[in-house]
Amino acid sequence: MSALLLASDLWNADGLWIITIGALTNAACALVGCFLILRRMSMMGDALSHSVLAGLAVAFAFTQSYSIIPLFIGAVAAGLLTTFLTQTLHQYARVPSDASMGVVFTSMFAVGVVIIKMFVSDGVHFDAACVYEGALGYSPFFTREVFGWEIPLAALTVGPIAILNLVVIVALWKEWKLSSFDPALATTMGFSATLLHYLLMTLVALTTVASFEAVGSILVVAMLIVPAATAHQLTDRLGPMVLVSVVIAVLSAVFGYIFAVWEDTNYAAMMAVVAGGFYALSVVFSPRYGLLTTLWKNTQLSLRVVKEDLLAMLYRVEEIGTASPLTTTAAREAVGGGWLAYAGIWQLTRRGRISQANDALKLTEFGREAAKKLVRSHRLWETYLVEYLGLPLDHIHEPAHRVEHFIGDEIREKLEEKLDASQGDPHGRDIPE
Amino acid sequence: MNGLSLNEKVMLGTALLGGMAGVSGTFAVLRKRSLIGDMLAHTSLPGVCIAFMLIGSRNTLGLSLGALASGLVAIALMTLVIRWTRTKEDAAIGIMLSTFFGLGIVLLTNIQNDPAVGNKSGLDSYIFGEPGNMLTRDLVLLAIVAAVVISLVFALFKEFKLVAFDSDFALSQGWPITWLDYAMMACVACVTIIGLPIVGVILMAAMIILPAATARMWTNRLHTMVIIAGVLGVIAGVAGTQVGRNLPAGPVIVLMAASLFAVSLLFAPQRGILPRLWGEAQLRFRIAREHLLRSLYEINEPHLSISESVDAKPVRLETLREHRHWKPWLLSWLIDRAERNGLLYESDEAVTLTPLGVRKAAQVTRTHRMWELYMLEYAGVAASQADRAADNVEHMLPESLLMELEAKLKKQGRLPEGLEELPASPHPASLRQREGGPT
Repeated sequence: MSALLLASDLWNADGLWIITIGALTNAACALVGCFLILRRMSMMGDALSHSVLAGLAVAFAFTQSYSIIPLFIGAVAAGLLTTFLTQTLHQYARVPSDASMGVVFTSMFAVGVVIIKMFVSDGVHFDAACVYEGALGYSPFFTREVFGWEIPLAALTVGPIAILNLVVIVALWKEWKLSSFDPALATTMGFSATLLHYLLMTLVALTTVASFEAVGSILVVAMLIVPAATAHQLTDRLGPMVLVSVVIAVLSAVFGYIFAVWEDTNYAAMMAVVAGGFYALSVVFSPRYGLLTTLWKNTQLSLRVVKEDLLAMLYRVEEIGTASPLTTTAAREAVGGGWLAYAGIWQLTRRGRISQANDALKLTEFGREAAKKLVRSHRLWETYLVEYLGLPLDHIHEPAHRVEHFIGDEIREKLEEKLDASQGDPHGRDIPE
Repeated sequence: MNGLSLNEKVMLGTALLGGMAGVSGTFAVLRKRSLIGDMLAHTSLPGVCIAFMLIGSRNTLGLSLGALASGLVAIALMTLVIRWTRTKEDAAIGIMLSTFFGLGIVLLTNIQNDPAVGNKSGLDSYIFGEPGNMLTRDLVLLAIVAAVVISLVFALFKEFKLVAFDSDFALSQGWPITWLDYAMMACVACVTIIGLPIVGVILMAAMIILPAATARMWTNRLHTMVIIAGVLGVIAGVAGTQVGRNLPAGPVIVLMAASLFAVSLLFAPQRGILPRLWGEAQLRFRIAREHLLRSLYEINEPHLSISESVDAKPVRLETLREHRHWKPWLLSWLIDRAERNGLLYESDEAVTLTPLGVRKAAQVTRTHRMWELYMLEYAGVAASQADRAADNVEHMLPESLLMELEAKLKKQGRLPEGLEELPASPHPASLRQREGGPT
């Protein structure tokens, strides 16, 4: 945990391979994950990552070898079977969709575990723990020579899958986009949303298997869902979403590795935790959908309402022409009190809308103009409610009070066209010019 | 309880677990929260690890409380994420599940790498499940949780029922549905977490879903469903530990539950696949039989008249084939069946309706024509009506309308004859259908 460790243990050949494999895996997952998120099928990632175990186990039991092709075929078959059964159970047996998914993938997982225990002889490297956690840490040690380079097997598995995902997604970009957002329209336009659905499921199954050895099943789920969900928090457009999710996936790999070395713990698990951290950050700080942004917008709105209420109230006090002016305390309480009222009065004063003297609030000339507009909106709206909607007199103040803040110039002009403002409002008060 | 052998303890324990998983899972499945078990099972891992670090030993109660705590934190975070962000429920579940599980693995690896930590055997069982580790005190804990869960379900049965089936109505009636929901989820959470060390993460999720989904196949009544789910859970638990002695018990228990599900899927009376296929086949056969009778009637129609006898003439099979398209096997089979029911007899490439057959055929034709007319004249209403064969028009249309339709048919000369000539049925009209011979 010292700087010494950082320099020597972090940046070595094995470490770089771990980062590369992790980044490739995460990116491959994130690419397909975006579409899972948009189709609200995230849990299908969870389901597939578990049920492919049955396919792997069957393939392994038949061949008793690690040759990659049968494993992939078994896994894809299991993945498609899961999708098909889930849908069939839901459609024909009327099992709720979430329950049908749960029934299928857990059962297939159980089948997988039992087959492994029954048919796969002991001593073979088919560790159940690896199914969950992966063995990213050992991946640099199993290598194969390609053009004179010693390349880890895991990179050779997951690299092509990442490229495959990229190619399929780019090639069918328009189709993916349309079928993700409007499957019915996609079908009417002549490309089958069902076909794309199964294609996506095939890609997910392939990706899951390719990532299995490196990051394990649950962490595949993390990489399928979390970077894509993070990107979804940050952008509305599909292109940027896919790009951002890949970037976040790669960053998760890099920082996950660094923190894992730091803490001397499981690399893949730490990558999942880091991805979760990125998601948490996006939830709080996303420029458009972040909690802070929402909070800021809501506060601004509340403050505006408080300020406008203050102005309108001062105008009405002037209109009645009472001898005693409105005190600051009374005004604060009238608009609900709290810090918003303080801030409102402070801002109004600072911007020259009101003046404070001897603990009394007064409108300035500038403020009176703004207040007039508000009161005019309020009373026009009241008139409209009575004349066109036929509401009784005692039902119109509340809605007008709420709506006055949102009546812009355009709507006010329309109201003026329809109504005769010189008649006064339904309560008999003048409508200010 | 100390007198029990390990096998008996394991059996009793899994039976208890299966039973309460079935009971609490019923509500999760009905509330469309089946995957909550999956999520709880995964998100409990960091809690288990932290509890282990604090306690320093494997104590089921302590670890379970840790698990419960982190599971509830995950549920709370998930609710917040769904409420406040644009992340949808499915993604929220996935995010919590995978991130918490990742954190759990990080902590677990740390514990395993730390030589200072003492007895850490059994922590792995929280992932994969190990029923063989069952101690007497675990069994007591299971029994207590089962008692609590079942009495909670019993006490709040009416409320749970309302929330599970129509939460909006429950809300409008002023029930505290948020808290009832939490109570439901708490039941699921307790069961999931207590079951983790026995069957492991994934398979615990299965135990919540499978018995309940199976029970749903058999009944539409909640209390029956709860009982069936509980019983199925017990059966799966007991059978799972007894069948595969040298196999891991967790997956075998789940496979037992899955087989029960598969059997129900095939054979359950209302929702099962085979009964439904059978029902469809019956319907198809009935429609085909009515087509045959109507064809025979229509071919015979010119020869039948009110004043003369109602005896039908033989109809050549060739004529029948020209009149309507038939699958050859279906036609010969239909004719065989009709012959056995005494509706017609077959002689050298021709069939002849018996008097009973004429009457039946006339009835079918009359129904068909009245329905046709009704569809034509009152189509706006008819479009939403059920399949013609689902019920006879007599049962669907009001008496006055029937008389009107009959009068219209008569005016068009299309009212099937052969009905009036037979003596009136001694039974009331509603029984006529059954009396007309086996269908």
